[in-house]
Amino acid sequence: MAKLKDLSKKQELLSGGHRACAGCAHPIAIRQILMAANMPVVIGCATGCLEVTTTIFPYTAWKVPFIHSAFENSAATVSGVETAYRALKKRGKLDKDIKFIALGGDGGTYDIGFQSLSGAMERGHNMIYICLDNGAYMNTGIQRSSATPKGAHTTTSPAGKVIPGKREFRKDMTSCMIAHNIPYIAQAVPSMWNDLVTKVQKAIAVDGPAFINILVPCRLGWGYPPEDTIEIGREAITSCYWPLYEVENGKYKITHAIKEKTSIADWMKKQVRFKHLFNPGNESILEEIQARIDQDWERLNELCKM
Amino acid sequence: MKTLGWKGLPIGGLILEGGTAQQYITGGWRTMRPVIDTEKCINCLTCWCYCPDSSIRVENEKITGFDLDHCKGCGICAKECPPKVQAIRMVAESEIRG
Amino acid sequence: MAKRVAMTGNEAMAEAMRQINPDVVAAYPITPATEIVQIFSSFVADGLIDTEFVNAESEHSAMSACIGSAAAGARTMTSTSSQGLGLMWEMLYIASGLRLPIVMAEVNRALSAPINIHCDHSDTMGARDAGWIQIFSENAQEAYDNMIQAVRIAERVLLPIMVTTDGFIISHGMETMELLSDDEVKGFIGEYKPQHSILDVEHPITVGAIDFTDYYFEHKRQQIEAMNTAIPHIVEIGKEFAQLSGRGYDLIEGYMLEDAKIAIVALGSTVGTARVVVDELRNKGIKAGLLKIRVFRPFPAKEIADVLQHVKTIAVMDRSDGVNGRGGPVFGEILAALYFLIERPIVVNYIYGLGGRDTDMKQIQDVYKYLKIVAAGGLLNDRPAEYLGVRE
Repeated sequence: MAKLKDLSKKQELLSGGHRACAGCAHPIAIRQILMAANMPVVIGCATGCLEVTTTIFPYTAWKVPFIHSAFENSAATVSGVETAYRALKKRGKLDKDIKFIALGGDGGTYDIGFQSLSGAMERGHNMIYICLDNGAYMNTGIQRSSATPKGAHTTTSPAGKVIPGKREFRKDMTSCMIAHNIPYIAQAVPSMWNDLVTKVQKAIAVDGPAFINILVPCRLGWGYPPEDTIEIGREAITSCYWPLYEVENGKYKITHAIKEKTSIADWMKKQVRFKHLFNPGNESILEEIQARIDQDWERLNELCKM
Repeated sequence: MKTLGWKGLPIGGLILEGGTAQQYITGGWRTMRPVIDTEKCINCLTCWCYCPDSSIRVENEKITGFDLDHCKGCGICAKECPPKVQAIRMVAESEIRG
Repeated sequence: MAKRVAMTGNEAMAEAMRQINPDVVAAYPITPATEIVQIFSSFVADGLIDTEFVNAESEHSAMSACIGSAAAGARTMTSTSSQGLGLMWEMLYIASGLRLPIVMAEVNRALSAPINIHCDHSDTMGARDAGWIQIFSENAQEAYDNMIQAVRIAERVLLPIMVTTDGFIISHGMETMELLSDDEVKGFIGEYKPQHSILDVEHPITVGAIDFTDYYFEHKRQQIEAMNTAIPHIVEIGKEFAQLSGRGYDLIEGYMLEDAKIAIVALGSTVGTARVVVDELRNKGIKAGLLKIRVFRPFPAKEIADVLQHVKTIAVMDRSDGVNGRGGPVFGEILAALYFLIERPIVVNYIYGLGGRDTDMKQIQDVYKYLKIVAAGGLLNDRPAEYLGVRE
């Protein structure tokens, strides 16, 4: 169990001066990932908010080696870096132990980078892929991705007169990765820093591929005041929209027990993207969403008993 | 930072040093400023852990202030300060700057 | 001591890769280049070399992995063809923009649709402005020699490079050729010492930062300069290779061009066929010549203008069409190269061999026949190009 006092003594590896929105969860997640790292890391990142805001030439917020090449290939790019590392180490040109972390948003992970991620995980590279899921293409101005929750308004799934926002349920990306039978998979939220730090440390300790899906609330795309980022993440956990769990060598475990499950509608009410669902006539959508969450939560609990 | 011409820049768009964003000031984005009451602060470091802009200064396990060159004034620190502590409050920049 | 062997183009390229023994190869199979990585992976599996081989799940990921590997300071190679090169498109520009010396064995093949697995140059020509050095090989020997030189060139000028052969014609055609010894190749390519690496955790660099309007132009200008000034390096490395192998390499290669009145410009395997036709015509007293372009990127415009300026009529042979109403890409480049001459030759364009259509001696003879008519003051056809060997 990490202590903040100890973590605060480590060198800060993400500088200020990046251009993320005030209250953005991305840099919070990154700081927690980097404070968890107990060995040198090299970061790869897909195109997206995080990449754009932290590396505006000649300014980089990263104090660790960082590579971005394109949008759909964070995993493939890092698989090349990791392979080069093994090759050079084998040939005696390098002796350090380094861990490789590939980052991507939900667009870069669930959608356009799905294949690249699947390939890299199957090949068994010694790397952690971390998805920073804010539930839409925020960098291009809030467009729907397959991670966008049902009912959400985005600029390409707008709440119109006929269609009430996104019609489909989101893709269960974490389960897709569990199906890859890799040693370690987890879900995390920066609001529970200790849980997140522990999971990153577990993923680092794995000799092989690991995947962590981190929910990063987006105050702009979700529509809430910037100071609420941590709280809204917390409620994503208590409502079971984003249960904190891990799958270690096939064994499911809920890492944060839910004492009192909060209603999904309460969580949604705080976000402008769901505002239209509270108009009369949309009650059934809310019910459907709640039912799905209950069902998924039940299933997860079942899986944990196995 | 001096704006170099093509002959002077490192090739391939590389940035050869880490953390140069430190030289970029985002403090001007702020409309609200965090102000800490060190008497009330219990140094739990929760605010430090949740700051998106690496702008809470910690020395020897203690909060020593804010990096106002980079703090964007999001207010997460004030909001996440434990309810029983409430050591940070957000003050309008206009009040401070006059 | 040179070893004489019989090899296909693919075998020759794979053999060059074995001798180069790169740190990393990332690739994906595609006809007619598949054999290259297939043979190469058996070298790895048999322990003949200790390269780390990445079986990527697509060409896009193969090139992405190459980019990651090269940015990590590893000597990195790949191989592809046609649709595979097409899928890499986005990453080709990123490899060159990041100035990564990746070496690619590319087997020229037609692009879909209609799908076709045979040779033309539409894949490589489509990538002609992706910032990669492009070297065309006439046969398996050249493919082998070019691959070895490519490592040196790429690492010298810090640009990626593709060495091409013609699909099936060279890739699967068996030829006798000479190999250098492993030690000779090792000595020639030397050790790769990257300037920067993202594995240098003590000196963290950022690769792939975003440029706004204030820096993009400067970074592009650097890249353009690297290509603009690559020519002397390619020439120098070609000469050095000649000392080692006895086989000389230049940017272009003229054949019977000094006193030629009519000439053909071609790239790749067709050059061999044209050379035989030139010999025939010369025996008949016809002053026919031939220009082979070996290095297409950077385009050796000045060198080409110098050797073509005295020729009366020229046929530029394009194994791809721009489908732009103005003929093939090589034609356009040659016209531009000759523009600054005070007295310019008459230049016509031939589109030939699309989708692997066989280009025989008869067709090449017809081209020279037409050039003779034009040289004698005959009328030029009023169309962007002539189409050789297509049924009307």
